[in-house]
Amino acid sequence: MSLVNFTTREITCKIVYYGPGRSGKTTNLQYIYGRVPDKRRGRMVSLATQTDRTLFFDFLPLELGSISGFTTRFQLYTVPGQVYYNATRKLVLQGADGVVFVADSQARQLDENIESMQNLQANLIEQGVDARAVPFVLQYNKQDLPSDLILSPDELNEALNFWDVPSFSAAALEGTGVFETLKAASEQVLRKLSQAEPA
Amino acid sequence: MTGELNPRFSFETLVVGAGNRLAVTAARTVAESPGTAYNPLFIYGPTGLGKTHLLMAIGQRAGELASQLSVEYVTLDEFVEAYHAAVAAGQSDALRSRFDRVDVMLVDDVQFLTHRREMQAELLRLVGQLQSAGKQIVLTSDCPPSEIENLDERLLSRFDGGLVVDIGAPDLETRIAILNRRSEEREATFAEGVLEAVAGIEVLNVRELLGLLNRLVAYQAVSEKPLTPWGVKELLEGEEQAAAPLEAAQPEQPPDEFADFLSDVEHTVTEQVEAWRTRLEETIKRWASEGYSTARLEVLLEEEAPVAVEGILRQFERDVERLRGSQVAMARLDKERSREAVFFDPDRVEEADELVQTTLEEVGPPPSPSAVWTFDSFVPGQANEVAISGARGALERPGSRYNPLVLVGPTGVGKSHLLHAVGHELAAAPDAVVACLSAQQLLDELVAAIDGDKVDRWRVRYRRVTAFLLDDAHILAGKERTQEEVFHLFNDLFTSARQLVFAMPQPPKEVEGLDDRLKSRLESGLVASISGPDRDLRREIIEVRLTEQFGAADAELADYLAARPADSVRAVLGLIQRVASAAESQEAKPSAAIARDLIEGVVPVRKRTSTDVRTSGVLASPVTGVRSHEKVVWSWPDPVERVIEELG
Repeated sequence: MSLVNFTTREITCKIVYYGPGRSGKTTNLQYIYGRVPDKRRGRMVSLATQTDRTLFFDFLPLELGSISGFTTRFQLYTVPGQVYYNATRKLVLQGADGVVFVADSQARQLDENIESMQNLQANLIEQGVDARAVPFVLQYNKQDLPSDLILSPDELNEALNFWDVPSFSAAALEGTGVFETLKAASEQVLRKLSQAEPA
Repeated sequence: MTGELNPRFSFETLVVGAGNRLAVTAARTVAESPGTAYNPLFIYGPTGLGKTHLLMAIGQRAGELASQLSVEYVTLDEFVEAYHAAVAAGQSDALRSRFDRVDVMLVDDVQFLTHRREMQAELLRLVGQLQSAGKQIVLTSDCPPSEIENLDERLLSRFDGGLVVDIGAPDLETRIAILNRRSEEREATFAEGVLEAVAGIEVLNVRELLGLLNRLVAYQAVSEKPLTPWGVKELLEGEEQAAAPLEAAQPEQPPDEFADFLSDVEHTVTEQVEAWRTRLEETIKRWASEGYSTARLEVLLEEEAPVAVEGILRQFERDVERLRGSQVAMARLDKERSREAVFFDPDRVEEADELVQTTLEEVGPPPSPSAVWTFDSFVPGQANEVAISGARGALERPGSRYNPLVLVGPTGVGKSHLLHAVGHELAAAPDAVVACLSAQQLLDELVAAIDGDKVDRWRVRYRRVTAFLLDDAHILAGKERTQEEVFHLFNDLFTSARQLVFAMPQPPKEVEGLDDRLKSRLESGLVASISGPDRDLRREIIEVRLTEQFGAADAELADYLAARPADSVRAVLGLIQRVASAAESQEAKPSAAIARDLIEGVVPVRKRTSTDVRTSGVLASPVTGVRSHEKVVWSWPDPVERVIEELG
């Protein structure tokens, strides 16, 4: 996918929020949505079940305007976390320029985190993408929960961060760490562009 | 009475941030050179931001740098108290003279001067006294001098005459740094993010911040679970809220996270996505500022799609390097032409190279020193030892030790020999271009150059040399144009530290018709004279020459010849030559006898040994004509025919 179009001078970044069910992916997007000035954001599309679970996916287009002469658009997606929506996840993951993995910090969710991480790797491989080459950041959400319920960022790093990618503690409901995560992901994505500079 | 300096309050333990950077810089300057830079230095700022720390740090640093300095630290209260006590005891003069001897006076909390007229007067006296003695005074206050109520105008103007700086509250990063530093000092470790969370809590000053840290340390000591950033907020802010409900103020200023994100993206895009463009622009700017044509690169800026610039830039820089090399080579040949545009256009590298090459060919090499005259064949002696050591000195460090070297002496003493020998040695250096010629030759060349309108070329020939040696320099006398040229050449070569050697019969200043500016320049180096050879040197020379010619020197002959007066080496050599040819004609080895005969002029006339032979009456001299009787043809076959043949 053409991420930077130098002829039309456009940059389009697709960032996918991945992670187990109820880890707070949609919350991340909602928080961002809430902070973006009206003229900059498109309509947030959220297909949710009656119980507020993401059924299909969330899509938040951001118009960042002209940056260094490039019309810049960010497209933020979330995947449905529940195990049985793998087909949707694959679909959303297609053509992703960067991935944010939102992990649930609760100790009892560790297995779900690991399972989802493995699922992500599998889906990437299936699409012929080298998981190590994709811009990737981790977010340890729900760090605001009582400390006896959650794992510390160190412990989570140990369990999930195989490739030593940037990781962020967050409390997405209040917005802590949300933009830090997004910034790190976008920076990586944009950096990748320059490496992919044609010869 | 005087407060002790707390060793913990040093510059090393002070965390510097935007809020206190100016004050700290000023304080350091003052501590390092008391009494010279900012005097008095007045530091003000709200309580708990490190004023006292800074004051004590000044005292300690000043003391470390110069232990003989007397440093006094007092708070204003202590000062007042001491003053009152001294007045009560009738010792106020003693107190004054004690303070007057102080080199660095540090006064804390001067805001308490409010309404204390008599103390203001005393401080004014002290400040004036110390200032006039070049001693340093530093004061701190919680407000600027102008806000200290009822402060004497004269004190105010004194303070304003120095430097008044403020200390502001530390920003977030500085707060984090302070907390890090302090927790390290206390050997307390916290989970990641904890200190950041503490630093995020709004506090008015550093003391309060450290109070929060203390609470954390205490809490962590009794709690089983390590603190988390969230726990911290709860723990500390909960208390804050209970103590003082500041909460209302906070939501008023939510940080614009999106704008922050946007500027981050913008930064990355400029830096990364169009990195090639930025890199290109930077390179263009750099080389254009040095005068190089960057047209080749500028074209690329018009491209929309990214260009793989690295290779192009490398090639461009290589070309510039090459141009520089050519330019340096050209400058050696012709400075004027080395400034031509071709040397600044990386697209014309070849052209620049060719230009240098053709110039070089056109110019041709300058006359080089004769290989015949070498150092080895130069016979040292008393008469020429100064000149030899001068020459060796010049060879050791050409262009810098003896420059110019002027060899002075009568004709035939070996000036030219030494000059060429030096030239020969200099020419052995890598890349050396040595010009070695006589002034007459130079003159002739110049005349020819003027005639052919090629003076520029002629100049270039000599400007590029690494050493210039001019024999018979006195010939320049009266030749104004040549002197003019030599003068400029001299300056050009001298300033670029190239060796210059001249040979002439008299010292430059005695040569009539030589320009004063040339005289003074020639005299500025080493003028070494060579005198006529003394007997020892003559003997040495004779011995060397005889050995060279005949394999061994006849001691008697050498003694005899050395005893003959000769005012130059050339005369000595001439003498040897005469003896040698005389000996040769007699088919004998040169000997003292032959020499004596030759020189003293008694050539015994031989009696004719045979009268049987009829001759024409012409007797060939044995010295000049027939050398051996056996080689004389006594009977000619058909002499008539032969004569005709010869004549025909």
